[in-house]
Amino acid sequence: MIKTEHLSKRYKALTAVDDVSFQVGPGEVLGFLGPNGAGKTTTMRMLAGFIAPTAGTASICGHDIGTDPLAAKASLGYLPEGAPTYGEMSVRAFLDFIADLRHLEGGRRRERLDYVIGRLQLQSVLGQTIDTLSKGFRRRVGLAQALLHDPPVLILDEPTDGLDPNQKHEVRTLIGEMASNKIIVISTHILEEVEAVCTRAIIIARGRIVADDTPAALAARSESKRLDEVFRAITV
Amino acid sequence: MRNVGIILRRELASYFATPVAYVFILFFLVLANYFTFYLGGFFERGQADLDPFFNFHPWLYLFLIPAISMRLWAEERKSGSIELLMTQPVTLWEAVLGKFFAAWIFTALALALTFPIWITVNYLGSPDNRTIIAAYIGSLLLAGGFLAIGSCMSALTRNQVIAFILGVVVCFFFLLLGFFPAMASNLPDWLQSVVAAIASLSFLNHFNSIAKGVIDLRDLLYFAMLIGFFLLATSIALDVRKAE
Repeated sequence: MIKTEHLSKRYKALTAVDDVSFQVGPGEVLGFLGPNGAGKTTTMRMLAGFIAPTAGTASICGHDIGTDPLAAKASLGYLPEGAPTYGEMSVRAFLDFIADLRHLEGGRRRERLDYVIGRLQLQSVLGQTIDTLSKGFRRRVGLAQALLHDPPVLILDEPTDGLDPNQKHEVRTLIGEMASNKIIVISTHILEEVEAVCTRAIIIARGRIVADDTPAALAARSESKRLDEVFRAITV
Repeated sequence: MRNVGIILRRELASYFATPVAYVFILFFLVLANYFTFYLGGFFERGQADLDPFFNFHPWLYLFLIPAISMRLWAEERKSGSIELLMTQPVTLWEAVLGKFFAAWIFTALALALTFPIWITVNYLGSPDNRTIIAAYIGSLLLAGGFLAIGSCMSALTRNQVIAFILGVVVCFFFLLLGFFPAMASNLPDWLQSVVAAIASLSFLNHFNSIAKGVIDLRDLLYFAMLIGFFLLATSIALDVRKAE
């Protein structure tokens, strides 16, 4: 369960996230939608424990991100915006490093490494330095990192950005497969992606939640039954 | 503590992932020996000790240590990998320590590779080897102090060049403090004692007294507190600015 209560983040003159409250339960795939600068990434960063909220609280699987951050982070797989990694490392060394930090050992470690490498098709680039990889491969390395410890909660900031249509399809299939027993939050600009994988969509504009519904119900709000028109109508 | 080790190993491996580490070590060894033999007059002095070698270490470190420490955090912030690291189940303090110790071990390695000069001086005469060991320890502590300052400067910016310059400036300041008493010799008495108190914060006095062969608890405590203070400042700077 992800739970946020009155989550806010203020910078000097700017309120990036303003009183955001929602809950996400197992089996839900929540799509975070909104124009650039609406506060999607800031919200995800607070959930992942990277930045502290100015006000309000959030918890991951019952672990408060402020008072018990290590337990919250342990139950979370997080793909930061832009999928940053250590560019000078090889894919193999990088995944080993993450496995170390996640305290994966023995048979389970091998099993999980084999799974993410196979699932994200990284076999061919294992020995390559991450800096030399294409954008698509780098994104997949970032996803592999987030999935490695089989966390109950996944927070993925633009997981399909920079992927070609086939790879996008592959990642959406993967999200769909994992959806039944995990809590997944993704952010995206791509509205068709929301309709393809999400069971619920939250639209956020100027730091506030302006809509929270199933993609179909949101689309039904416009005469043409198109999500992009609803999106434009409530965020512009 | 286990996480400190994991971060340390990754960091240390990343030094050697590019030729920069080897170039740095080579540069360090060439400069250290140049200073010892040309500026220090190692042969001309006709004394079997390593004073001309260790006397230049503070000045050698002034430029070389910020070159090591500049990338510690600035690079993580620039590439965004700090977000990846800080959302793993590790504490900020574990990351600060892991990176600092990796840089320190790297410096210790460069320092250890100066061993031929130790062999040379033993071949040429019979030096007091206990003094030399003490001076090596002093030099390593001095490097630790410089690195802790450099780590803090690196945490303040995303730009490695700025981190380098800030590191040199602050380290230079801590060296200069040692010259205060000499500059203030005609001040009134009470001001002299203030100056002496400030001067006791300098690297130089503490390093020199260890390099003379006396490992005093006060000098060890000085370096421990200096390193502790700047690592704490590093973690505070990161906490405030990591997401910018």
